Amino acid sequence: MHSVPSVRTYVIVWATLTFFTFATYYIAQIDLGQWNIVIALLIAFFKMSLVIFFFMNLKAESPLTKLFAAGGFFWMILLLGQFFVDYISRDWMPGGKMW
Amino acid sequence: MTEPHSAVAEHAEHSPYLRHHFDNMEQQFDSATLGMWVFLLTEIMFFGGMFGAYTVYRSMYPEAFASTSMHMNPAFGAANTAVLIVSSLTMALAVRSARLGKQQALQMFLILTMIFGIAFLVIKGFEYHEHWVDMKVPLFSGHWDYSNTPEFPHQAQYSHQAQILFCFYFFMTGFHALHMLVGVGLMTTILMMARRGIFSTNYFTPVEISGLYWHFVDIVWIFLFPLLYLIGNARKLI
Repeated sequence: MHSVPSVRTYVIVWATLTFFTFATYYIAQIDLGQWNIVIALLIAFFKMSLVIFFFMNLKAESPLTKLFAAGGFFWMILLLGQFFVDYISRDWMPGGKMW
Repeated sequence: MTEPHSAVAEHAEHSPYLRHHFDNMEQQFDSATLGMWVFLLTEIMFFGGMFGAYTVYRSMYPEAFASTSMHMNPAFGAANTAVLIVSSLTMALAVRSARLGKQQALQMFLILTMIFGIAFLVIKGFEYHEHWVDMKVPLFSGHWDYSNTPEFPHQAQYSHQAQILFCFYFFMTGFHALHMLVGVGLMTTILMMARRGIFSTNYFTPVEISGLYWHFVDIVWIFLFPLLYLIGNARKLI
């Protein structure tokens, strides 16, 4: 129902994903302190975007589907955001206890 | 984009796979795709909860998580990531073949996807077996000792916290492996449908939405690999 991406596109995406898999593996061997997790997550998010936009072909889906996909990530941010705010703020009450 | 659309409309009346409550094949396809995305959103919430809990405990016990991660084998993890990415490529090519009506190629790519999916599960099985032999399965008595990591001299005092990471490890990779099993089952069904000659350039919705599921499971692993295997790896002696 949509334009069909070429085999070439898929192979390039696959090669990029494989490259970053080994990149994340080797970068983890270098001690970068706090930056290790930041770089690992950046690479993971980049790989996720490649899979979503090319393999799952989200860019060719209907606007409604795109809205739902974006909505999913919005709710995910709400879920995790509230979740972390709860844990971070638990020590803010006197005596370190909320109840 | 407009040309395939009109081609679809032309054949719409003839397709035996058009359900009566849809106007045409395109509307049916878009509805099915949207429905699959909604299902995947519930899956994001499902795994998201586990990733959230993982983050909380990791920020509480960063040293214990880093040292415990040493007991996992990143080579297995990296190999499995590579295998899963290849399976995603073959899945994408299967969907492409279905769209272009290449039935032989579709069946070949589905079989390849299943082979890579099963290869992933086999490697995972070897890994689980290694953890069992190494006595690293949490909650089993006698399996609580995670202290033999010379890079982390204080590891011995983390034995209880260390179990938390292994609990997350088994829950998250276990649920992921369960999703892989379901995926292989889906591929079997799709392959049988393909062999019966159900799919055409006009109707390939089941291939498309199974592909979406397969890629989603791949994405979950893309995050599991660095978060479970590669913590504290910088201090590992290569």
